Amino acid sequence: MNERSESDATPAKNPTTVERKSERELVVTRTVNGPARLVFEAWTKADLFRRWWVPQSFGLTLLSCDMDVRVGGQYRLVFRHEESTMAFFGTYLEVIPHSRLVWTNEEGDGGNTVTTVTFEEHAGKTLLVVHDLYPSAEAMDSGSAGALPETLDQLDELLVSLGSSVPS
Amino acid sequence: MVQYSQVHFDASFGALSDPTRRGVLEQLGRADASITALAERFHMTLTGMRKHVGVLEQAGLVRTEKVGRVRTCKLGLRGLEAEAAWIERYRQLWGARFDELDHVVEELTRKERVDERKKRK
Repeated sequence: MNERSESDATPAKNPTTVERKSERELVVTRTVNGPARLVFEAWTKADLFRRWWVPQSFGLTLLSCDMDVRVGGQYRLVFRHEESTMAFFGTYLEVIPHSRLVWTNEEGDGGNTVTTVTFEEHAGKTLLVVHDLYPSAEAMDSGSAGALPETLDQLDELLVSLGSSVPS
Repeated sequence: MVQYSQVHFDASFGALSDPTRRGVLEQLGRADASITALAERFHMTLTGMRKHVGVLEQAGLVRTEKVGRVRTCKLGLRGLEAEAAWIERYRQLWGARFDELDHVVEELTRKERVDERKKRK
């Protein structure tokens, strides 16, 4: 079933796929080599979560990460980007150990984004499906809750180059 | 964070300042549509919509095809590139994130094995 050729000497990274499922939904899938209970732990313990959620290549510093992982509990991540700080926060709606996490992302003006993560274990590996449901098509198009400024800056450049030849 | 990106996005869309044209591009990113359908969707006359589509077509963002009496609009090459680039950036973001997650899970797995060995002794 594996579409890619992988050598034994250097195990290739598992592919990440992104699908725009509808005008308000984005679905990201990825297999992680480890059992669901450990992958779930990495998503729900703040000291583990903060080690991977903001990779170093993003150029952002995670100043704090608080997570109260239970139904109705809150999370709050604060980042520094250049001179300013930004917060990313919301509420956990569903917490089913080793299998399912649902939370809201509440910092946007136009309503909440709801993220659902499912953990499916197959032969010691875990298939992760991250489903983002945006409050509107506009909210999705204008930058996902998970997108970060530098990524958006690159998009800006692209749009500027696309837009420059459009007569107004 | 959403607010922050909104400002940038709006600024960069200055050239594509017309909200209807933006809307048409977003709409075509989801599915092809006839000029008639677009005119209805954006509550405009056919003539008005034809003008907007013409501007987008000139910029290579949209292309149109006439089949019988219906003119269908699709994303043009540049429109498709923008769409693909948007998805690709998102994929890169998550790819980088998951690569770091791999390290964390590997470490947890190793730790668990060591703990089990200790228990057996």
